[in-house]
Amino acid sequence: MSERLRVNAIACEGHGQCAELLPELIRLDDWGYPIIEHPEVPRELSAHARRAVAACPTLALLLERSDRSGA
Amino acid sequence: MSAWLEGHPGLPRLLAGLDDSGAPMTLAQHAAVHGTLPPVHPHELIEAVQASGLRGRGGADFPTARKLQAVAGRRGVSAVVVNGSETEPASQKDRLLLSRLPHLVLDGAVLAADAVGAREVIVQIGDAARGSLDALQGAVAMRPDDPVSVQIVTAPQGYVAGEESAVVNYLNRGVLLPTFVPPRPFERGYRGRPTLIQNPETLAQVALVARFGERWYRELGTATDPGSALVTVSGAVEVPGVYELAFGTRLDDLLEAAGGPTESLRALLVGGYFGTWVDADVAHALRLAREDLRGVGAALGSGVIIALGQSSCGLHESARVIDYLAGQSVRQCGPCTHGLRAIADSTGALASGTAQAGEHERLLRWAAEVRGRGACHHPDGAARFVVSALNVFAPEIESHRRGGCTSAPAGFPVA
Repeated sequence: MSERLRVNAIACEGHGQCAELLPELIRLDDWGYPIIEHPEVPRELSAHARRAVAACPTLALLLERSDRSGA
Repeated sequence: MSAWLEGHPGLPRLLAGLDDSGAPMTLAQHAAVHGTLPPVHPHELIEAVQASGLRGRGGADFPTARKLQAVAGRRGVSAVVVNGSETEPASQKDRLLLSRLPHLVLDGAVLAADAVGAREVIVQIGDAARGSLDALQGAVAMRPDDPVSVQIVTAPQGYVAGEESAVVNYLNRGVLLPTFVPPRPFERGYRGRPTLIQNPETLAQVALVARFGERWYRELGTATDPGSALVTVSGAVEVPGVYELAFGTRLDDLLEAAGGPTESLRALLVGGYFGTWVDADVAHALRLAREDLRGVGAALGSGVIIALGQSSCGLHESARVIDYLAGQSVRQCGPCTHGLRAIADSTGALASGTAQAGEHERLLRWAAEVRGRGACHHPDGAARFVVSALNVFAPEIESHRRGGCTSAPAGFPVA
């Protein structure tokens, strides 16, 4: 069972914390909004992904179990 | 103007019985043309729709049976929403159906309600279709025996207003803005109920499948794109209007049915403002069927086709359209708010000959980056449109480097 990152684009205000904490998977566009380059979170980055999710000031970064997302 | 492709066997279907009176068809006239609605078991209906291969005609092209199954499979009482928003500025077909052939749409809505376990049908129309309101109300009044209640709601116009989650949001809270999904409408929609949202033409097709069956439905069209469809043809043709055709019809034959081009054509916009430009040299041999259109990166979408004459400038028109689409962003999501504005300004610079070095490449990067990053598909559609414009009008981009354009405005609708 793997985990996937997703952004609630309505909630996101482009604070950019996520890209700072998880540059392996997230970069910012020209206006500071996150681009999830690799939604699947490798196991070794799981703790970092959780930290990025917790750090988002608008709770816009989501970590979802991918076995459920395709329902 | 509304007509079907004359001489094509099996047509008209949806437009059968439509006369020049401009009046909505009465229930008696409707029954005389199509026959009364036979009793259909919910399972039978869903199976027939599945076997017919019918797909949604609102633009998303989603298999209708799968939507029916998704709502039917939920617990509790569900709801049906007829999405008559028709937010595509050049589209006319849904308001033609609602204003002239309302019983066909209502038949489909009643059948769909029965199939998914709904007791309520809500018909939502946009302000631009307000002319359909009287016809719809009159039609509903003629059907006191329908086993569901039918309510008609008008909503403000706006390109994003037809998006499913925006429709539900408007019905529930009076806020015409898309929401973050899931939950999707089939999970939690109108008043929290599992909700089936369908385009009027899709439901009209359901009404015909219920009467005549899936085999009959498949007698027109191609194996992968069966049936008939309504398309709205505009731009450089003699007789713009709504036409019924069989999938697989050659684009040339459709233009001929619309009185032929008013001048030599430069390109055709297929699928509306979320659609794709096709070079006229490629378009003339193209058949309007999924397999052919996919080959040129296009899809029929909500059935809008706009012909652009050689005397107009596709780059200039595209810049106007993308500027309109950027203005239609409801500014909920950063990539759409900022990205589409930048894309529009950059396209405008290419069209006016004021582009800076690297503008084209930057534009393509932005178009790639905004895709999939909104709560709804507005940025995706706008990006697809602009990328196809850059491809097809590459020669114009080159010639505009030395200054703005002097072509006649084609006046694509941007309101």
